[in-house]
Amino acid sequence: MTPIHLSFSSLRDSRWYEFAIRFALGGAVTAFTGLASDRYGASIGGLFLAVPAIFCASATLIETHEIRRKHEAGLRGTRRGQQAAALDASGAALGALGLLAFAAAFFLLVETSVMVAFVSASLAWLSVSVTAWYAWRRTRACPERRQCN
Amino acid sequence: MTNMTEYVVRFLVGGVVVSAFAMLGDLLRPKSFAGLFGAAPSVALVTLGIAIYQHGVGYAAVQTRSMMAGAVALAVYCVIVCHLLVRARMRASLATTLAFAVWLTVAFGLQALVGTT
Repeated sequence: MTPIHLSFSSLRDSRWYEFAIRFALGGAVTAFTGLASDRYGASIGGLFLAVPAIFCASATLIETHEIRRKHEAGLRGTRRGQQAAALDASGAALGALGLLAFAAAFFLLVETSVMVAFVSASLAWLSVSVTAWYAWRRTRACPERRQCN
Repeated sequence: MTNMTEYVVRFLVGGVVVSAFAMLGDLLRPKSFAGLFGAAPSVALVTLGIAIYQHGVGYAAVQTRSMMAGAVALAVYCVIVCHLLVRARMRASLATTLAFAVWLTVAFGLQALVGTT
C-alpha cells in the first residue's frame, strides 16, 4: 500500500489561471449558497453546502494534467487522464461520508457551543474520511481493482 | 452588512478557503487519498460561520440538517462519476456535468422524503 505523502510536482504542473478558476468557483459557490438560503430558506440553502462544484473543477484539472504529462512523453494520455480523475472521484465519494459526519456532528453540537461544534465537526470529517479511505484501500472496493492502486 | 458587501465577503472568503483545501489536495498522494479533499467542508465552514453571525445557531442547525442530504447525494454523485469515467470512458468535464443531475435528484429527493422543506 502506497504511504500517504506530499508531492510538489502537481503545483509545478499547474498554471496560474487554474488557481484563479478554483478561487473564482469556490467564491461563486459560497456566494450562491448564501443567495439560495436568502431566497429559498436555510433548508434549501443547506443542500448546497455539499454541492460538487469544486470536485468538478478538480477532476477536470487532474485529467488535464495527466493528459499534458502524457503528451509531453509523446502519448495521447486520454485513458490515463480518465483513470486519474476516477481515482479522485473514488476518494471524493469517501470524503462525502466524512462530510455527512461533519454535518451530523455540527447539527448535534451547534446549540451547545459554536466553537465545539466547528472543531468537533471538522475532526469528524477528517477521522471518518481517513478511516473510510483506509478501509477501502484494504478491501479494494473499487469496480476496477487494477486501476485503484 | 449590506447585501452586496455580504456577497463580496462570501466570495472572497469562500475563494480563499476552497483554494486552500484544493491546494492541499493537490499536494497529497496517493491520488485516491487526495480525492478526500474534493469533498472537504470548505464551503460549509464559511457559510455556517456567516449564518451563525447573521441569523444565529438555529438557522445554521437547519442548514446542516439539509447538508446531510446533500452529502449523501455527493457520495452517490462521486460513485456515478467514477463509473462514467472507468466504464463509459467519458471525459471528466462531461461526466461531472451529466452526473450533476443525479446530485440534484438525490439531494432534493431526500429532502422531500425527510420533509424538511
